[in-house]
Parts: sequence; C-alpha cells; structure tokens
Amino acid sequence: MPTPSKEEIFGKVRETLVEALSVEEDEVTEDATLTGDLGAESIDFLDIVFRLEKTFGIKIPQEELIPRDILSNPDYVQNKKMNEVGLKALRESMPHADLTAFEADPDIDKISDVFTVRTIVRFVESKLNAA
Amino acid sequence: MRWIWIDRFEEFESGRRAVAVKNVTLAEDYLHDHFPGYPVMPASLLIEGMAQTAGILVGEANNFSEKVILAKVKRAVFYSLVTPGQQVRHEATLEQMSGAAAMTSGRIFCGAELVGEVDMVFSHIDQNISGLEFPEENFVFTDEFMALLKTYREQGGARVSL
Repeated sequence: MPTPSKEEIFGKVRETLVEALSVEEDEVTEDATLTGDLGAESIDFLDIVFRLEKTFGIKIPQEELIPRDILSNPDYVQNKKMNEVGLKALRESMPHADLTAFEADPDIDKISDVFTVRTIVRFVESKLNAA
Repeated sequence: MRWIWIDRFEEFESGRRAVAVKNVTLAEDYLHDHFPGYPVMPASLLIEGMAQTAGILVGEANNFSEKVILAKVKRAVFYSLVTPGQQVRHEATLEQMSGAAAMTSGRIFCGAELVGEVDMVFSHIDQNISGLEFPEENFVFTDEFMALLKTYREQGGARVSL
C-alpha cells in the first residue's frame, strides 16, 4: 500500500479530531494545539490514539507519543523547568514535534502546547514510513 | 440501594465480548421519581450498566490487575424508552486495548429491539498520562462485581478468571 500524502494524513487526522473532540472542521488547523485550542483533556488522548491506530492501521505506544519518562525525570526537570540535557533527550525522543517554542520557555506545564495538529500529522507520517 | 446495574452475565468470552442482563422493576426507587406516574429507566443508568458490563470485560482481560475506570463515553445514542418489566441486555465488545486504556463498543437491547448504542474508552488509571498515583488496592473491582462472574461460572458459563 503506498504511503498516503501529507495532505491525506492531515485530512484523516482532522476527521479524527473533529469526531473525538466535537470541534468544527475549520478549527483543526495545523498550528492548533490539542489541549489549548481544541480543548482536549488527557483522557481524550487515549481516545485519539485508538482512533488513529484504527484509521491508519498503526500501533502507537504511549511512550512514543508522550515520553513521560523524560518529562518526569528529576535529572531533566528541576523547579518545573526542563534543562538542556532533558531538552536534548526530548528532541531525540520526539523528532516529530516542533519544540522551538518549548525550548525558548521550557516550563513543564507548557509541554502540552507541543501537541499541535502538525505534531500529530508528522508523528503518524513517521509511523507510516517506518511500517 | 447498591450501585450495581447488571444482574447477571449471560455470555463471557475473555478479551472479546460480554453480555449481561438487567431486569427493570418498580421496586427500584428512582423509577418513582423518573418520572412520577411515568416510570422510565434513565439513559444515564443504562450507560452505567454498559460501563459495568464493558468494564468487567476489560478488567478480566488483564486478570483484574489494572484499575479500570470509565474515561469517556465516546458515543451514546438511544432509540426508545426502557420501562419496568423489561429486561435490558448489554452486549459489550472489546475493540482495542493497550497498556494504558481500552475501547469498547456496546449495544443495548430489550428483547429483539435495539434500544441504544454506547461506545466507551476505559483508562487503566495506574498507567495514566499525567503520572498521578492512586491507592494500591483495586477499589474498582469490588466483591460485588466479582460475585457476578462467580455466579456466571457456577451456573456453567465459560471459564473466566477471578
């Protein structure tokens, strides 16, 4: 099966988010953050992961999408700020994510802003290419 | 009143599917308030019955090692009313399962009539994304729930682990 184009992946991701989060199609832009702009709660991520797995026929281990071992590692996070070593580990673990804004202000409470629609599309794309 | 909204398992295929029934009776207090003179089983309690059916299905698939909590009602659609004297049949299917969660689809029948469809996401809360911690004992699968499976097994049902 040929790998779908980025536009096709975006279309299916958008459809998934519209259904999972009850948002309007035009709200799901590439820059929209899942929690901030689209109102996703942590529980919605479970639903979204299952829907993406089904739609694209892929497996998404939770740690690959959200590397909790890095985010909660006291060697990487002090006073709710992620240090340089942590950021390096995060970059390696989340090559699909655009971390520019988080690197500028690595407040751990702002990690959810990393999860934009674009991050999800790129993540799915990397999983499909690896398959 | 006990918070148990299924009476008996009729079918139980480990990790795949479970069917539980509930008899609706005017002895239940809430029916006199919902509504006075016009007793109807609240859809919210039908959803709870499905959550208990599907939740036990999800829990049993991991030998009750996880605390299984209803995380989200993905979809709930009802087509007709359920009234005293009827028997509700919850048919739950385990669609997807991961270390962190499970997804089920469900259909609710009265006799041959499809009265509702309820799809759910369950969380294994000790594996939650936020890293929150919960008490060690499994407060989800209490003796009351486990007794349902025990009864089912004693009545000659398929082997299910307790």
